Amino acid sequence: MSVPLLEVRDVVKHFPVRSGTLIRRQVGSVHAVDRVSLSVQRGETFGLVGETGCGKSTLARCVTGLHPVTSGHVLIDGEEITGLGRRAMRPYRRQLQMVFQDPYGSLNPRRHVGAIIGDPFAINRVAGGADRRRQVQELMELVGLNPEHYNRFPAEFSGGQRQRIGVARALALHPSLVICDEPVSALDVSVQAQIINLLEDLQAEFGLTSVFIAHDLSVVRHVSDRVGVMYLGKLVETADTHELYAGPRHPYTAALLSAATPPDPDLADRSERVILAGDVPSPIDPPSGCRFHPRCPRAQAVCAVDEPVLTGAPDAPPSHQWACHFPLAPGERLT
Amino acid sequence: MTLTDLQEVARDPDVPAAIEGRSTLALVWSRLRSDRVAMASAFVILAIIAVAVAAPLIAHAAGWGPTDQDRVAGVTPQGLPVGPSARHWLGTDNLGRDILVRTVYGARISLIVGVAATAIATFFGMVAGLVSGYYGGAVDTLLARFMDVVLSFPFLLFAIALVSIVGPSLKISVIVIAFFSWAGIGRVIRGQTLSLREKEFVEAARSLGASDLRIMVVDVLPNLVAPLLVLGTLLVPTAIVFEATLSFLGLGVVPPTASWGNMISDALPFYSVAWWFVAVPGAALLTITLAFNLLGDGVRDALDPGAERVFASRRRRRAHQDTT
Repeated sequence: MSVPLLEVRDVVKHFPVRSGTLIRRQVGSVHAVDRVSLSVQRGETFGLVGETGCGKSTLARCVTGLHPVTSGHVLIDGEEITGLGRRAMRPYRRQLQMVFQDPYGSLNPRRHVGAIIGDPFAINRVAGGADRRRQVQELMELVGLNPEHYNRFPAEFSGGQRQRIGVARALALHPSLVICDEPVSALDVSVQAQIINLLEDLQAEFGLTSVFIAHDLSVVRHVSDRVGVMYLGKLVETADTHELYAGPRHPYTAALLSAATPPDPDLADRSERVILAGDVPSPIDPPSGCRFHPRCPRAQAVCAVDEPVLTGAPDAPPSHQWACHFPLAPGERLT
Repeated sequence: MTLTDLQEVARDPDVPAAIEGRSTLALVWSRLRSDRVAMASAFVILAIIAVAVAAPLIAHAAGWGPTDQDRVAGVTPQGLPVGPSARHWLGTDNLGRDILVRTVYGARISLIVGVAATAIATFFGMVAGLVSGYYGGAVDTLLARFMDVVLSFPFLLFAIALVSIVGPSLKISVIVIAFFSWAGIGRVIRGQTLSLREKEFVEAARSLGASDLRIMVVDVLPNLVAPLLVLGTLLVPTAIVFEATLSFLGLGVVPPTASWGNMISDALPFYSVAWWFVAVPGAALLTITLAFNLLGDGVRDALDPGAERVFASRRRRRAHQDTT
């Protein structure tokens, strides 16, 4: 296998929890991401799914360097980028861009669209003056915006149009890797499809590699080549998309898939649905052993003690790995 | 509209023909223009500025300089100020100087001090607030506590102490006023910056590799224009009153240079016999303070997105009045 474009090795991100008014002591930490490893090959779309608060966005921010990692390594094209300063990070930033979740919060309300999309050029000092304006307008056209709206402010655009602005900004420097942090979850369903189609078209056109974060399983299934499932800061299962959707091995993945809204409720087999008991435990004090054990219908004594590692099996393709002591057999249903 | 125009519009449905996007400033300006009180205040302020600029012309027309003593008819035989007359349009002070000319020259001092102190205080308040709010942590603790300390200073006591050491002058007045005003602005800006730096657009800029300075100036600062404009406009009258207070106490502008503060101070022993002596600079001080405060309120309303309802109902009422 060639060197993956993005490799994440044992990345850990803990946020300190401090207490006390005058003397602030660290009383604990939020285990947002705990020893996650994954790799994304050039040209691939890697989907990352999981419930709210499972660490998907934190992982994305660790990869883009917005959050310094607590430990672990992030490699772009085989080169380590963890711990690089702002200046040293610059050449990698051009390769690595991000589309943000909230199309309202991610655009500065006081700056016009031309300036927002022109930012990557200005910050990295590539094109200037009329040349920048021309390039920005080309980008606007590329993402389906009217280039004449160059001088408009974000407030004058709809949510979908704003997300197009965010996409244009991310693509400005022709990155090789785009991290989309729930790019459509804030949009109406009808607009979601437009943005997803836009992203797919652009991906094909520029040969982009992307990490697509979402909590909507059908969206991830549609766009991804490979999918990783996260639970409470851990990667619990990863596989090729069709493999994962056809035969999940980890009980959590199975429960997640069964909870997805069926396209046609009348045709859906209601008996398949598994409802997990309880809430996601606090990431400040995660459960011992397998983090999923308090909610897992298959849990046994060992699950509370030993933490399962991500492994495959001879009866599964090598790309399919899961972290579970008692995985489902291929085709087995969770009961 | 000609036929070709119509075709033009029909061909490009994305370009709205009538609805034009307005920039924030254009919207604020149109709102401010519909605010009659604010516009009247702005007019008064412009008039005072014009008078201050034209002070030598007014002195020439009146026939007296700001420090000229009328040795012939400047004071009554008892040595009291002379009331308004053709010779001295608004009377004289106890030294036989023309009140009108001195008040007009005093406007220069008030405006210079008001604007200079406000500019300095706003600049330092903005920088301190931005740095404190953006970096947070130890920098914030240090700067925010320092602002608290400055805000808790008893202003007059320290002004008196400082001036008694370095001696009174216009420059010292400006510095003292700016020093006691920046912290208030700094605190507001710090709070705003604290919330702005958590916005996703700041994160987006950071993911593009923007420097802290660039984020502060390009991404955060434009969102602080509204509070800075309001705070600045409202600080001018405060600074003017500060200056008058200092001059009143003999700590500001040094006589014989005219300032409204030292004129009022000079007038106090004579208020029962020469009302014009205290009333003219007093009225000038009141007018300029009121005008700046009302304009500041107007600017605040115009910048407040939540006030659109008020402006809309005002437009409706005006439209109704116009039709009846």
